[in-house]
Amino acid sequence: MNKRFATAAEAVADIFDGATVMIGGFGGSGAPIELIHALIDAGPKNLTVVNNNAGNGHVGLAAMIEQGMVKKLICSFPKSKDPKAFTDRYLADEIELELVPQGTLAERIRAGGAGIPAFYTPTAYGTELGETKPTAEFDGKPYVQERWLKADFALVKAELGDPYGNLTYRLAARNFNPLMATAAGKTIAQVSRLVEAGGIDPEAVVTPGIFVNRLVEVENPQQEEVLNQAEARYP
Amino acid sequence: MSIQGQLNQEQIAWRAAQDIEDGAYVNLGIGFPEKVAAYTIDGREPIFHTENGVLGFGRAPEKGEEDWDLINAGKKAITLKPGAAFFDHATSFAMIRGGHLDVAILGALQVASNGDIANWRVGDKGVPAVGGAMDLVNGAKRVAVLTDHVTRDGKPKLVEACTFPLTGVGCVTRVYTSLAVIDVDIANARFVVLEKLPHLSMDDLQSVTGAKLHVEGDVGALQVPELS
Repeated sequence: MNKRFATAAEAVADIFDGATVMIGGFGGSGAPIELIHALIDAGPKNLTVVNNNAGNGHVGLAAMIEQGMVKKLICSFPKSKDPKAFTDRYLADEIELELVPQGTLAERIRAGGAGIPAFYTPTAYGTELGETKPTAEFDGKPYVQERWLKADFALVKAELGDPYGNLTYRLAARNFNPLMATAAGKTIAQVSRLVEAGGIDPEAVVTPGIFVNRLVEVENPQQEEVLNQAEARYP
Repeated sequence: MSIQGQLNQEQIAWRAAQDIEDGAYVNLGIGFPEKVAAYTIDGREPIFHTENGVLGFGRAPEKGEEDWDLINAGKKAITLKPGAAFFDHATSFAMIRGGHLDVAILGALQVASNGDIANWRVGDKGVPAVGGAMDLVNGAKRVAVLTDHVTRDGKPKLVEACTFPLTGVGCVTRVYTSLAVIDVDIANARFVVLEKLPHLSMDDLQSVTGAKLHVEGDVGALQVPELS
């Protein structure tokens, strides 16, 4: 078995118009910048993107939005230091936003990966983000029903990967990545170092390879904050 | 009424820090609430949680020493303390919603006497963003709010019913303001004054509060050091 792809371009080549794409990361931490930029080069349109944020500056997800590739964004916090790419399109009604509380977003993705179609959470009860959803009482407390979230593709960033797709993550760059890896038809991981089978201690594996379809090694990956400090733009 | 000697943000944060116990698991909201960490009492060791998957973080790194894979919920660079842990977002919010956090400290636009809080959106203009606020107010054992007692133009922020969009219902347990420390008796929808600035009368405090203030026993003197 070898899930390795030689280039990011090959790994994302079949992401089609209208696809739902989960993109890992929290702000720039854990954002798979090289996979996103390869997707910009490929240029599919009308995508629904699931991410915690809405990009920052003019690279990564912000650049995808600037290129007009994103029809709908599902996120919790579409603000950043430089949110212009999203804000302009949102205010011009050129992009749809589904705003989801952060913990609900995480749990919807987890549920999607775990085969749980719906669940109840206290989050958003009595607020405008919960008002159109079914509610129920459990042990005397009200809860909101939320549905699973699944995607056609997930783009994730990991630290180590092996040919079986087992992954580890670096510092707080883990965040949404392991959840999204479970919830997509095809999970594509960029790893900073691809090691031989046995090169990752099985006790240290965070995402087991069953959840990962494709691996691309990207040594010294770019970091959104560093690119933004240099006022980088993509393409 | 103009109020002399109101507490500044540092002083409000200092007062909130006095109530954080040794070993408490604490989430501090982005911005003003983050100041609480600086006033941790000697001999107590709270463990700070951030939504994006870290327990046990410490101060900000020196400029130039940032590692952008190691940030907090405000996307600021952080450092780790010995004994820190990383986890994914589902685990992070299991800590929050599952009742494992001892206290969440947030800012607010308005807090109502029934414990409702509005802190995520002013109106329907602009780009809405909620982040983890709605999860935090529903999960932590204590939900504390830090706020000026009134808005910049003098309107009460402690009210009978919130007029801004709600973040959560019946969830705030204590409010630390620039004038007082006030408990929220959620079951009876009452604000109960614990402490107030010593030079302020109850009538003064009531006049800048949008809901009836109650007293049970003595009202303590809200005394804090000079901080800026």
